[in-house]
Amino acid sequence: MNPALQGLITIIIGVGGCVGYFYGANLFLDKVLFKAEGPNAGRNINRANMIRPWVFLMPALLALGLYLAYPVFATLRLSFLERLPGNEYAFVGFENYSKMFAEPKFIEAMRNNVLWLVVVPAAATAFGLLAAQLTDRLKWGNIAKSIVFMPMAISFVGAAVIFKLVYEARPEDVAQIGILNHLYLTFGGDAPVQWLQVPFWNNFFLMAVLIWIQTGFAMVILSAALRGIPEETIEAAVIDGANPFQIFFKIKVPQIMSTIVVVWTTITIATLKVFDIVFAMTNGQWETQVLANYMYDKLFRANDWGMGSASAMIIMLMVTPILVWNVYNARKEMQ
Amino acid sequence: MDAIAGRKPAVVWALNISVVALVVLWLFPTLGLLVSSFRTGDQITASGWWSSFLPAEQTIQLRVADPDEARVDLGNGRFMVEGNIFDGRDFEGELRSWGTTTRNLGAFQPGDVNDMGDGETLTLQADGAYVWEGNDEQISGRAQRVFLDVTTPPDFTLDNYSFVLFDEDNSEGMAKAFMNTLTVVIPATIIPILIAAFAAYALAWMDFPGRALLIAIIVGLLVVPLQLALIPLLSLHNAIGLGKGYLGTWLAHTGFGLPLAIYLLRNYMVGLPRDIIENAKVDGATDFQIFTKIILPLSFPALASFAIFQFLWTWNDLLVALVFLIDATGETTVMTKQIVELLGTRGGDWEILATSAFVSIAVPLAVFFAMQKYLVRGLLAGSVK
Repeated sequence: MNPALQGLITIIIGVGGCVGYFYGANLFLDKVLFKAEGPNAGRNINRANMIRPWVFLMPALLALGLYLAYPVFATLRLSFLERLPGNEYAFVGFENYSKMFAEPKFIEAMRNNVLWLVVVPAAATAFGLLAAQLTDRLKWGNIAKSIVFMPMAISFVGAAVIFKLVYEARPEDVAQIGILNHLYLTFGGDAPVQWLQVPFWNNFFLMAVLIWIQTGFAMVILSAALRGIPEETIEAAVIDGANPFQIFFKIKVPQIMSTIVVVWTTITIATLKVFDIVFAMTNGQWETQVLANYMYDKLFRANDWGMGSASAMIIMLMVTPILVWNVYNARKEMQ
Repeated sequence: MDAIAGRKPAVVWALNISVVALVVLWLFPTLGLLVSSFRTGDQITASGWWSSFLPAEQTIQLRVADPDEARVDLGNGRFMVEGNIFDGRDFEGELRSWGTTTRNLGAFQPGDVNDMGDGETLTLQADGAYVWEGNDEQISGRAQRVFLDVTTPPDFTLDNYSFVLFDEDNSEGMAKAFMNTLTVVIPATIIPILIAAFAAYALAWMDFPGRALLIAIIVGLLVVPLQLALIPLLSLHNAIGLGKGYLGTWLAHTGFGLPLAIYLLRNYMVGLPRDIIENAKVDGATDFQIFTKIILPLSFPALASFAIFQFLWTWNDLLVALVFLIDATGETTVMTKQIVELLGTRGGDWEILATSAFVSIAVPLAVFFAMQKYLVRGLLAGSVK
């Protein structure tokens, strides 16, 4: 069957099924299970209203449980097992973890991930804050914002191609078509450089791609936060003779600190999971491995589910502090 | 405030210049790829894309007509070949200078007579007309080479797009991958919205024990990396006979998109005015009616925001497609995967790479510019309160 047709049918079945489920279950509750008539009408209405939320929640809870909650525990379990031939598993305790920590490629992935975690959120937030502040009072600021925001819509893979062209290096005697090498040679470099093959520094050239994508996100949110700052605080600072830098760093930034933290943590999570950029641009060669790509290698190239799951658990472990902090804040807000 | 800090001309200038620099920095990488997708492979390797808007200067090597066929006897043992150097080729541009050996490249202007010694001469006009004159021995054998320094006007082509999208013989074309991506994206965007809307309503406006705990769990699930889900779910799909395919991918995208969907929609629905809902209840409306007739229409902006997120995320996704969709036959490949393949096999063919990448980027960009308002709203609702 043509996949497009199959897709169309799925949409109809899926959407129809959802609507049918919600409508039917609701009707069943009111008209069959707990009829709102007869001697028990009042009690029945109350009972129906107690069950109704769970009717509404059921599909979502099923999907969340199956696709997000269950895998956390299943992966944890797999990380303590070794897959034997014939679909058998043997419990090996922490052996997958100890083997992994002994692997230089894993240590390299950890080191790079920490580098990513330090550089990308900081740089993207800083650029975003700068862009938000600079464009705020400009007539054409909205156009500028749109352009900085635009990479959000571009896939990591698309961005990888875009930046491969930027970093492209060609032999010395022909024209350079990568703009970075062109500028490098124009401003006194001696020979074109294969930017993605310079160990250690190539990590930063990969990070530039994610920073380029995430800055727009930071800018949009910080720009809204900057606009929310009460005018009086700034006026008071101006009257006291503060210069623009003092106003920015001592009056504005402290007032939007909570938003900066939210932006920072959101980008941190995106950075932790970075996979496509490395997969498409270097595939972990030249010492650019990161955890997510290491995990993919283990799972689908080496077919080692134990070590793959162990490295996935490392990613989960690194996300956990943010998870706890987010839940804590959400609960605080609801009270 | 604006009046004090914003009116000094120097400050305004500095501000404008720094924003221009920022915009250029953010726009140029994409622009480079876009421009490259409209150039031929030869043009891309001959000069950087930034010089494609200027007339290109290049040196081309051509030969005059074959003397054994075209020479004319002038008498006195002298012979001549006459013609146009651009005969038989499509040349639009300007001849700047020329030469006949690698040592005298560009030594002659159009109209100059090049004395090649022993009475052999070559004259070349700006329009390409030449006269090559000499004795019997000179005007025979191989035709004289001419090196031309020419300026060609900027030239762009749509051929790459027709090759990548519509060429039936191109096994690496994007047409099939485009359809596959679309097939993944549409159900994967619509289904989670429906499921999430009901759940969000229950979490926002219905009272039941455990509600606060559920909300906390959803906030927690927001950041769970989907990397954890790959192996357990793939095993599950294989165990229940789903295998790799569209259905599994739609389900996976639905599951992964739900936390954000519920979170965004709940935050929005909680902010709707309580009066409307209570009045409706007093008038005897059921929860189901309130949801479909009041909440759903009022929540349109939030629904649109999430729809854009989910659309962008599923369209741009690589990992989920690699794990849950693309099998060994490659029949169900999506655009992101196709581009990664091309990066491996056609790494140097920038015209193919750039065009393929732009085919995949164009749709999200169009959606982005058309619906930017909702995207911004969604972002703000999702992270700032």
